[in-house]
Amino acid sequence: MIRKLFSAFAVIGILASMSLAAHAIGPDELLKDEKLEHRAREISAELRCLVCQNQSIDDSDATLARDLRILVRERLQEGDSNEQVMDYVVSRYGEFVLLKPVFKLHTLALWLTPLVVLLLGAFGLYRMAKRRKQQTVQPLSKEEQAALDALLKK
Amino acid sequence: MFVEAGHYALALALGVSVIQTIVPIWGTRTSDHDLMAVAVPAAIVTFLCIGFAYLALTYAYVASDFSVLNVIENSHSLKPLVYKMSGVWANHEGSMLLWVLILALFGAMVAVARKSVPERLRANTLAVQGAVTFAFLIFILTVSNPFIRVMPPVAEGQGLNPILQDPGLAIHPPLLYLGYVGFSISFAFAIAALIDGKIDAAWARIVRPWTLSAWIFLTLGIAMGSYWAYYELGWGGWWFWDPVENASLMPWLSGTALIHSTVVMERRDSLKVWTILLAILTFSLSLLGTFIVRSGILTSVHSFAVDPKRGVFILGILILFIGGSLALFAWRAPMLKKGGIFAPISREGGLVINNLFLAAACATVFIGTLYPLALEALTGDKISVGAPFFNMTFLPIIIPLLAFLPMGQTLAWKRGDIAAAAKRLMFVYAIAIVVTVIMLSLTSGGPVMAPIGVGFGLYLVLGSINEIFTRCWKSGQNIKVFFSKALGLPLSTWGTVLAHAGVGLSVMGVAATIWGTETIASVREGEMVNAGPYQAKLERVVPRKGPDYNEMAAIFTIMDGDKVVGTTETMKRIFVSRQSMPTTEAGILTKGLSQIYVSLGELQENGSIGIRVYYKPLVTLIWIGSLIMALGGFFSLADRRYRVGAPKRSRNALEIGATAGAQT
Repeated sequence: MIRKLFSAFAVIGILASMSLAAHAIGPDELLKDEKLEHRAREISAELRCLVCQNQSIDDSDATLARDLRILVRERLQEGDSNEQVMDYVVSRYGEFVLLKPVFKLHTLALWLTPLVVLLLGAFGLYRMAKRRKQQTVQPLSKEEQAALDALLKK
Repeated sequence: MFVEAGHYALALALGVSVIQTIVPIWGTRTSDHDLMAVAVPAAIVTFLCIGFAYLALTYAYVASDFSVLNVIENSHSLKPLVYKMSGVWANHEGSMLLWVLILALFGAMVAVARKSVPERLRANTLAVQGAVTFAFLIFILTVSNPFIRVMPPVAEGQGLNPILQDPGLAIHPPLLYLGYVGFSISFAFAIAALIDGKIDAAWARIVRPWTLSAWIFLTLGIAMGSYWAYYELGWGGWWFWDPVENASLMPWLSGTALIHSTVVMERRDSLKVWTILLAILTFSLSLLGTFIVRSGILTSVHSFAVDPKRGVFILGILILFIGGSLALFAWRAPMLKKGGIFAPISREGGLVINNLFLAAACATVFIGTLYPLALEALTGDKISVGAPFFNMTFLPIIIPLLAFLPMGQTLAWKRGDIAAAAKRLMFVYAIAIVVTVIMLSLTSGGPVMAPIGVGFGLYLVLGSINEIFTRCWKSGQNIKVFFSKALGLPLSTWGTVLAHAGVGLSVMGVAATIWGTETIASVREGEMVNAGPYQAKLERVVPRKGPDYNEMAAIFTIMDGDKVVGTTETMKRIFVSRQSMPTTEAGILTKGLSQIYVSLGELQENGSIGIRVYYKPLVTLIWIGSLIMALGGFFSLADRRYRVGAPKRSRNALEIGATAGAQT
């Protein structure tokens, strides 16, 4: 009995010390409306936990991430569209909060690099193939042909 | 005392690495055989000195010598022995020592495998390796020294970061470093070739096993790290596009391109200049990865600027070696003899496509990882680049590459024929499409991308194995003949088949995660929640004591209706030395290829406990596929033709075997 009591206390003690740190999304945060909750999850996956290293607020244990998750759900419950929620969060925390950066002048190089590398590479290969083809197809001159025929007949 | 001896050995290694760098180069410049020969003992002595220093530091950890600052900061007397030993590399200073140890190890291996490498190439290669070793030894001895003592000693250490106290993470860094640093040898060979201004197909044959071994280790290291994140971080993700992960993915992508372009160079004597460039870039990306992970630049550009000593030092090494080697490349590459000509539709043409897409994929990861840092440094604007960006840009490059893979593998060398290749793949296409359609109809109403993705993965697996059939199968022949033919295929062919099939299996595992389910709930003892086709029942929650932590374990029974399928437990741990950082250990029950994954959340106000339960169908295929990729690498490596250190001898042996019967 005493042992049981002791272990119960130990559980409470460990749990209490653990709840100091918040955790990734927990059951108390979920919205009752499944559709709304689904949208909240979609939005959460695109928002960065500001104090973490490239983690979305959905995955993060930080208290700040929890606050943001609750904020997103509050806005959704008030009838905001996904874009409106995003805009609201960005207006409060800046572009830094978006895990997928906006497509603007200052991110142009970021978004276009993959395509540019692929196209430049393909163009380079095309040029190389063309040049090599020109090199390969060099028909024999008449003298060469004659010399070759002579050699072959020997 | 032992610690001081280790410190001294490290300084000694610095001196020897200077000799290893200067004397052999001098030898190749003056064609002096004696000077060139110095490279071999120098490389071996450098390795032995660094190895001794490493042992000395390990000793300090095992003996819990709390007069050494590095041990105080990262160890604890209660820690299990294995984590005392792995603690050596679980911190900045120690991991850099491991880095340079592996660098020297590869140098020593080239020195020992001396018969396979021509004299001049060997001397130049070891000299380049010596230069890299020298730079990192200076770094360690000046700003990252693990041997610094404190006075007076303290009674107890501060403990290892709890999240690192895990068997997965214990072996992750050595594997990763063997990969990262292993590419230094390909780099050194490339620079050596540029110094001599001479390169041919034999160079590719010599370098191939080294590149391949580095690639195998990097593959295993990345897979290991991914599985660790999966079970340790507690929300069931396995790849996060985190900059630290990207830092290892970049050299893997370009290293993968390198092993493919080396094949073209060896077989067709072309792509020489490109292969040299790739070898330089791959190790440059390894250096960049080390910089990203080790300079603290990730936390923020500002914190980097506050304590810039180490970061700036590594940046200096980075600029010196990358800039220097690219300058040498720009100067020397035009002098290299251009290689052979080839038709675009051929095996080599396919491999060029492979290189193009892998290079573009690598560039995508590169820009996504570094752009936020560059933008903040230049304009002060802070942006984030995370998973949604990479999914949108990386996948459209990698998927066409994979779709083309079986075709490329089927094309013949020199002059391929697309129609013939497509005909050989006809059965593969047919089976993959039929299976996909069946899956679609069986899971109608569910996600569409999952069956399509799994079918795509199946296409890759079958497409790879198809090579065995097209090579060995003739209709009407005895099945025994088929097997003996298949077993007689070169190991490198089997290597290709396995590695590519591994890619397909991983793709299947990734696609099947779309079928997975997630349940977030708060439960009391005895309550049950759904986990896909199964149910997870929380049996009890118990406190327990480990060697240096207290934990709370939640024990679950996994049920299939009334039938008990198995039990699993998930833990939250609080370490004695770092109370503020609880860690989670997910409870995972593997059923076939699928897993039921349980992780523990918070205690709720009403006394129940928050849990997350996932069902992850076929998820293990992600890592099984990676292991098979690495296995393919081993097969290729074991091929007689490419065996490290003995290509010449084995060729003689083959000839003797052919003429006089196998006497050797």
